[in-house]
Amino acid sequence: MHPAFSVIFLTVLLGFGQGTFLALATAEIYAYFDLLPMPPQSYFNAAGAFVALAFLTGGLFASFFHLGRPERAWRTATKWRTSWLSREVIALPAFMGAVFLYLLVHFFEWNPVIIERIGAPPVTLSLVIVAIGTVLAFVLFVCTAMIYASLKFLQEWHTPLTVINYILIGGASGFLFTAVLASIVQPDLTYFFGGLSALLLVLATGTRIASLIRNLRLRPKSTLQTAIGVHHRQIAQKTQGAMGGSFNTREFFHGKSPLFLKSARWGFLVTAFLVPFALTIVAIAIERPEPLFLAVAIQAAGLLVERWFFFAEANHPQNIYYQSIA
Amino acid sequence: MTQLALVIDLNVCVGCHACVTSCKEWNTSGLSGPLSDFNAYGKDPTGTFFNRVQTFEVGVYPNTETVHFPKSCLHCEEPPCVPVCPTGASYKRAEDGIVLVDYDKCIGCKYCSWACPYGARELDENQKVMKKCTLCVDRIYDMNLPERERRPACVLSCPASARLFGDIHDPESEVSRAIREQGGFELMPEWGTKPANHYLPRRKMRLHLHEDELVRADNPLKKEEYMPKPDINEPTLDDVMPW
Ligand code: SF4
Ligand code: SF4
Repeated sequence: MHPAFSVIFLTVLLGFGQGTFLALATAEIYAYFDLLPMPPQSYFNAAGAFVALAFLTGGLFASFFHLGRPERAWRTATKWRTSWLSREVIALPAFMGAVFLYLLVHFFEWNPVIIERIGAPPVTLSLVIVAIGTVLAFVLFVCTAMIYASLKFLQEWHTPLTVINYILIGGASGFLFTAVLASIVQPDLTYFFGGLSALLLVLATGTRIASLIRNLRLRPKSTLQTAIGVHHRQIAQKTQGAMGGSFNTREFFHGKSPLFLKSARWGFLVTAFLVPFALTIVAIAIERPEPLFLAVAIQAAGLLVERWFFFAEANHPQNIYYQSIA
Repeated sequence: MTQLALVIDLNVCVGCHACVTSCKEWNTSGLSGPLSDFNAYGKDPTGTFFNRVQTFEVGVYPNTETVHFPKSCLHCEEPPCVPVCPTGASYKRAEDGIVLVDYDKCIGCKYCSWACPYGARELDENQKVMKKCTLCVDRIYDMNLPERERRPACVLSCPASARLFGDIHDPESEVSRAIREQGGFELMPEWGTKPANHYLPRRKMRLHLHEDELVRADNPLKKEEYMPKPDINEPTLDDVMPW
């Protein structure tokens, strides 16, 4: 497929936003069970929610560049019964709403107790929003990933690994970002988030590599023989019906050499996974946050390459019809 | 239930692109607005088409065959492009099975084109909406046209009559019979899209000429050699009789 920058930014930014919120939620749940030396402070949560919201808004903004007719975007919410894209369009504002409420609660430090329980810490409004927001974050992850994973002839995408990767990669990037944020706002939480981000990154590396290996071994189900129904082993296309290219030649090819694709694959494995992981470990070992800053920056760039590759790698069966111009 | 469709005979198609141009002509001047072109007369011309004719060479030179292959939306009976559309702009008509795009609802997100394994949908870069073959829905029901012309533009224009049009759910229709009796097949059957359009395969056309078919024998008795065979240069009955 031809990787569109709007969709690359959309998916990467949404991942950051969801991951950041999930990091805040994790800290809050740890604090509820008294597992943190010092619970996250309201100003930290507010800052985190603000950043998460900024990421999500950025993603939403990017998505409009993908539409030919953005003024009609409201219509996209109508077919949620059948379309994952429509479901995403509903899940995103719902999740943003939850993050926004979370931001309000912590910005105004208005956090009333919702459920009083004997022998257990009280359940606050913030915790309720965390629960709802977490569900919505996962719903959004699933919707976004299923847009791709549900297309069965894009065999590279049609696997549960696509969903798992979106969740783990988005989670890892958000946790790492939150670690950096914590180092500025509430330093005692830095290595809590740093450690968890390293853990998520290890998992994400595993599943991403698993999907790469799977895709390298894929055999395309459609061939020139099934595409035109002529069952002969030697078929060569002579013309594709247009000399100057068409939508079909622009939308479904990445237009880069195999070498470029290969470098991109190794490039993102190093920049989005290996280097940030190493830097995070270094930061935790030396107990200094500086390597985390570097890790976030390198990972952000690496994730853009990762997403570019995700699209470029998918080989659409319609390309069979567009092998030769004239 | 009706399912209108085209049946395209690959054994007959000569690759003249008449269907491409007549499709473009009809649909660019039709109800739904122009099918935009860019650089139409310049370098790298490009534009929106509903129908393309491609050419494939089968076999190894010199034993090759040229297959001309017209490709347009196949109006699948299980169209994967329809459920993915977030706006409902893409839909399949219940009454005749035609898959259409409502250009007033489409937001140009291109998701449906990703979901079509055949590359049958093309985005109009000017109008920014998705376009595809409509089976000439704006002419096949037009009562102002003589009945003969209530067929898709491509079908009417094909000089070789390689394109048939009709209801594939009616077992007695011309298209159903062609599919049944001439080995009609679907493209990429592996995806379960059940394309309504079918193709008829290439057939081996061999002419067997016997020597006696080349020589005119007026009198079967001479042929059977009960009477002396005439010389090949001798005038035949046709030559000498005024009839
Ligand atoms: S050929 Fe493509 S666009 Fe046409 S109905 Fe089938 S899937 Fe949809
Ligand atoms: S491009 Fe238009 S018709 Fe296609 S999925 Fe998007 S809104 Fe639907």
